[in-house]
Amino acid sequence: MRFTDANVLLATDIVARYPVKKSALIPLLHLAQEQDGYVTNDAMAHIAELVEVTPAEVYGTATFYEMFKFEPVGRYVINICGTMSCALLGAHELIHHAEHTLGVRTGSTTPDGLITVNRAECQAACTEAPCLQVNYRYRYRVTPQDFDQLVDDLVSGRLAGEIPQHGVLAQVRQRIPVDRAVGAVPPESVTGPPVWYADESGAKS
Amino acid sequence: MTLRGTTYRHAPGFVAGDRPKVVTGRFEFDDSYTLTRAKATGAYQGLEAALAKTPTEVHEMVTGTTLLGRGGAGFPAGVKWGLLAKGVWPRYLVVNGDESEPGTYKDRLLMERDPHCLIEGVLIACYAAGLSRCFFYIRGEMALAQERMATALNEAYVAGYIGRNILGSNFSVDVVLHWGAGAYVVGEETALIESLEGNRGMPRLKPPYFPAAIGLYGKPTVVNNVETLANLPWIARNGIEAYTAIGTETSPGTRMVAVSGHVKRPGVYEIVNGTTTFRELLYGDDFCGGIRDDNDLKAFVPGGGSAPWFIEDQLDLPFEGKLIGPAGSMLGSGAVMVMDSTTDIPAAALTLCRFYAHESCGKCVPCREGGSWLERILTRIVEGEGRRADLDLLLEVGESICPGTFPHAASKRLGIGSAPFPYRMTTICFVGPSAYAPVHSALTLFPEEFEQRVAVNDDRRVLIPLAVSSD
Repeated sequence: MRFTDANVLLATDIVARYPVKKSALIPLLHLAQEQDGYVTNDAMAHIAELVEVTPAEVYGTATFYEMFKFEPVGRYVINICGTMSCALLGAHELIHHAEHTLGVRTGSTTPDGLITVNRAECQAACTEAPCLQVNYRYRYRVTPQDFDQLVDDLVSGRLAGEIPQHGVLAQVRQRIPVDRAVGAVPPESVTGPPVWYADESGAKS
Repeated sequence: MTLRGTTYRHAPGFVAGDRPKVVTGRFEFDDSYTLTRAKATGAYQGLEAALAKTPTEVHEMVTGTTLLGRGGAGFPAGVKWGLLAKGVWPRYLVVNGDESEPGTYKDRLLMERDPHCLIEGVLIACYAAGLSRCFFYIRGEMALAQERMATALNEAYVAGYIGRNILGSNFSVDVVLHWGAGAYVVGEETALIESLEGNRGMPRLKPPYFPAAIGLYGKPTVVNNVETLANLPWIARNGIEAYTAIGTETSPGTRMVAVSGHVKRPGVYEIVNGTTTFRELLYGDDFCGGIRDDNDLKAFVPGGGSAPWFIEDQLDLPFEGKLIGPAGSMLGSGAVMVMDSTTDIPAAALTLCRFYAHESCGKCVPCREGGSWLERILTRIVEGEGRRADLDLLLEVGESICPGTFPHAASKRLGIGSAPFPYRMTTICFVGPSAYAPVHSALTLFPEEFEQRVAVNDDRRVLIPLAVSSD
């Protein structure tokens, strides 16, 4: 899907923060995924228009990054860490348990479309191993019983308030007040040092 | 606070102690991330102190502290700023919050728990080095860190700490929050810049070695780690002498270290740099309190997944880069992973090797091909299908990524000269060698564990095909 009108406004605001429009590519891909749960071809075409590159360039960048999905995934994506610290403390057993509980292999989605489960790489919670993320929200020191409880809670909707649908990351957006913003200018249009630094650069260069 | 299966307020794992606090001073408060608490505990006083000086004076102060970069390479921050191309404008700051090195867990803590300290650090850096726009790049998977930073930035803009004419001075800078989308290699600073430009996150060819010469949009750029910047407010408030009074001359201050794996009390500790030894950290009552179940220590990774492993012989080394390098490893990103006597060494090496094989961006052939070869050979060995010749094959593939002698802690035991870190490499960045480091460490330190695994297949005539990676 193309961006909704509200998201076009947001997108315009984001693009304006960068001295070069293409820098907004990844933030806009996140916005697309937030809107639709995954990144659609229509969204990529729309992003290409907004940042003035070709759709192929958008696709080229998007496919490099693991978080972007190009097909529908579950409402909840569970990423179980399998890297060193978690592996030393039972991650493999947890992954095995998850596959059995959900009845699908890692990399796939339950038939009801609710949960996608993945084996993931290090999530920076190494002291709290084994860990996992549900839509990038952490669960620490997860036992098989904890996992079952988590699945129960997701299925029953008890966590619906706490964990938004896949694609939603920070639920607070950065707002740069117009009267405070310095503003982004194209790099080539800047020829001298910033005003507070003018004396220093004269002395140094 | 119970963490299991419940909502959590912020990242757990930090263990306070009776030690100097440079970057974790605010951690004792549950609401440490709010502007109200931050201001009540001295936030932005360092900025005020810095603005009372000239940018050059602030830069010289940071250079004078020998503050070492905390991202992995350990390059002095003040010197890094000094490398900025002269007379070329604008200059940018990119904050590296793409924490993803296996075992590393400190930047996320700082972003979730003390975002205002980081904003203050960013502002001091921009003021001192003439950087007119900052991009704060957070790892894509860290939703709460993104949220906390966004909230803090919004508060700081409204309060007049960021933006035009900060605190009534002529200093103006915008800080733009940006996050990635899942790629370890983007932690490499030139790959980070590529990603920020909206491209695939592949490291740039070197030279130039530093983005300070040619960086974001081809302009001089400073890339600093989150923890490095978190030191600046304290330094600005307390001065050079107070900072260098902590730690040693060559490794001053404190640093955040995450200890994980088989220890009794895994956690993130702010330790005194340069003097704290691995033995204190792993066994000290103030720290991890020993190996779990009082087992013997088998091996430990001293500085993140990329670092060659150490064994008991190296326990008395302190957190001092000048000593760790010659011993054949690195302090890297402050991540210690501990393996006790029950650890299956080939399987542990495979776990790390698989990470780097998976995260290779594919730009350099030795890493793209070599990493997955190492992973597949190792998988075959771990699954009991390996042959003796596989051990030589691992070394041969490793040689194509890191030619020549490779550092390892077993030098003495093997009766050969020790090769210091860093090693030679045939790739642009460290991802390739990092896939080999755990394999080489495991093979040289614990050859018997590999030999046992492969001995059973010695008489096989037919080589079993390399398993295709399951990922």
